Amino acid sequence: MSKDVANKNIKLARTLLLVAVAMFGFGYALVPLYDVLCEWKWIERDRPDDIKKVPEVAYQIDRNREVTVEFMTTLNESTPMKFRAEKKQLKVHPGEYYTVNFYAENKTDNAMVARAIPSFSPAVISSYFEKIECFCFSEQTFKAKEAKIMPMRFVINPALPEQYKTITLSYTFFDNTEKSVKK
Amino acid sequence: MSAVVAEHDHHDHGPAKGLLRWIITTNHKDIGTLYLLFALAMFFVGGAMAMVIRAELFEPGLQFVDPAFFNSMTTMHALVMVFGAVMPAFVGLANWMIPMMIGAPDMALPRMNNMSFWLLVAGVLLLASTLLMEGGAPASGWTLYPPLVLQTGKALPFAIFSVHLLGISSIMGAINIIATIFNMRAPAMTLMKMPMFVWTWLITAFLLIAIMPVFAGAVTMLLTDKFFQTSFFDAAGGGDPVLYQHIFWFFGHPEVYVMILPTFGVASTIIPVFARKPLFGYSSMVYATAAIAFLSFIVWAHHMFTVGMPIAGELYFMYATMLIAIPTGVKVFNWTATMWKGSMTFETPMLFSIAFVVLFTMGGFTGLMMAIAPVDFQYHDTYFIVAHFHYTLVPASIFILMAAGYFWLPKWTGHMYNEKIGQLHFWLSAISVNILFFPQHFLGLAGMPRRIPDYAIQFADWNMISSIGGFIFGASQLLFLYIVVDTIRGGTGEKVTAEVWEDASKHSLEWTLSSPPPYHSFTTPPTSIPTEHI
Ligand SMILES: [Cu+2]
Repeated sequence: MSKDVANKNIKLARTLLLVAVAMFGFGYALVPLYDVLCEWKWIERDRPDDIKKVPEVAYQIDRNREVTVEFMTTLNESTPMKFRAEKKQLKVHPGEYYTVNFYAENKTDNAMVARAIPSFSPAVISSYFEKIECFCFSEQTFKAKEAKIMPMRFVINPALPEQYKTITLSYTFFDNTEKSVKK
Repeated sequence: MSAVVAEHDHHDHGPAKGLLRWIITTNHKDIGTLYLLFALAMFFVGGAMAMVIRAELFEPGLQFVDPAFFNSMTTMHALVMVFGAVMPAFVGLANWMIPMMIGAPDMALPRMNNMSFWLLVAGVLLLASTLLMEGGAPASGWTLYPPLVLQTGKALPFAIFSVHLLGISSIMGAINIIATIFNMRAPAMTLMKMPMFVWTWLITAFLLIAIMPVFAGAVTMLLTDKFFQTSFFDAAGGGDPVLYQHIFWFFGHPEVYVMILPTFGVASTIIPVFARKPLFGYSSMVYATAAIAFLSFIVWAHHMFTVGMPIAGELYFMYATMLIAIPTGVKVFNWTATMWKGSMTFETPMLFSIAFVVLFTMGGFTGLMMAIAPVDFQYHDTYFIVAHFHYTLVPASIFILMAAGYFWLPKWTGHMYNEKIGQLHFWLSAISVNILFFPQHFLGLAGMPRRIPDYAIQFADWNMISSIGGFIFGASQLLFLYIVVDTIRGGTGEKVTAEVWEDASKHSLEWTLSSPPPYHSFTTPPTSIPTEHI
């Protein structure tokens, strides 16, 4: 191989290596990109971004409509807790404010940090389900054997399209104790 | 006082002596041989895992292995076949054939070439070692979806490092192939005269450089989620496991084309030789390959129709996926048109190639069925998808690799293989592969989920038939092993000519070299380029 060709080869190899490194970066860039794309208004959001607190505003209450809200409570893997909602379901009018209590208990003899993550079905209604108060806004700390009653206050925006008559709100509690200790 | 013997430094020296030759070699043929033999060995390792799977599924109930090990087998079978067998086999072919096809003496970066082979070996050994670890090998499926994969025992970091090694090895291989094709061609070998195998590998190499780093990034995120408290995919920390699926399939869909594009290249090389006609529509083949490669980047979420996507997304990914049928159809019609009114003969490489055209088309059509988002809800994660991708891999990539073996073994060794045993191998494989995979379509449509060690009894009959096909197929491959060993050791004893197959030297440059070819392929670039392949 002549010197000339050898140099050309090494130059090209370097360029291609740079492309590979850039693509490694691109993989990481997909993380923020994913969040941005999920925020776009024209995409009917499937990923509920409902950990946001919304200020309480007065809506026109729509007494003619009734929507059934179902509550589901789940524990991730073997999170050592008890967790349930005070009612399985609630019939609500769009525009009216309601408070539902959730009951959670730490079954262990140690302090625990846990996080509740909400999820909606059908996913699109997450943007009409506004929370004024929720235990899911932040991590919850439990003392050993501590039990808590946690209120969740919400309203369904009257702009909710007519076809949605039943919606399901599911909460999953994750045990974050280990992670928060390491942090 | 010692006498210093000044040796004349000449370029056409032969290989180093002894075993060390194979460790330190930088010769493209030696490295090609290493890749091919390693891939063949891994084909049997991955195949043995498939036999465990089919034995367990022979009857309903748990017979031989516990469910966790069964899941490790499905995962490891896939990883070994994809990263240990099919990809290295095509890299081996590239090493052997590309310099000879473009009139070059060797690969562009010979030392990197050696390193990428040994990194591959290290990666695969590391992956295999996870089988012996506490908690067993990864059992989450080859897609390594979180949160399931994060429940892997001690093996998780090792499996992830092994993916890193395999990724680095493939990227280095790809860089080498691109540099060889761009810088080492004989002056008369213009881009649009390159054999299709070279073209398809050029495009595949670009795919590899684009996607392997993304996969490496995804598994690195898994690693930091597990051990360094990041939350890329952990819902409790604000992450999203669905994000992993997006990143994985951004890699995963082009990855399946990494395995199929060189397959197309070899088929486009073999069919014209035995049809004794030029390849029909050479330039459309080049453009179709490029089109498939481009489309492969914008269709990934067709693997995720059921995870929850906006309707607009489902529709977009559905139509974009269907578009791929157009360039792929161009290829299938071109191969058929190449055979049309040709003076065909049916030696073993041609038989495997024809079976490839027929059976790959079937695999393509089931792919089209699954591209339809609403019906994919029925097929998703059932044996229907298992049948689909095995049709596009076994009677396609594997058959074409077999065809390539039969086609070029006489060139590589200078000996003729035993045609009778070759034909027997073909017919046993072609029949049993259908007994093996065709019933899996029915199982999938009837609702049998994939990756389960036990199943409801209504699935028993077709599973038994599928397993019988699997055992015949597995056993038949030993014939290929026999052929390879026998041909290396002298084969039929018949002396083969430089062009081996009638008029092959009109199709491509490698047939103008002696059989076996000299250690360094073209020390002076050839001036006339065969153009029958165009
Ligand atoms: Cu795909």
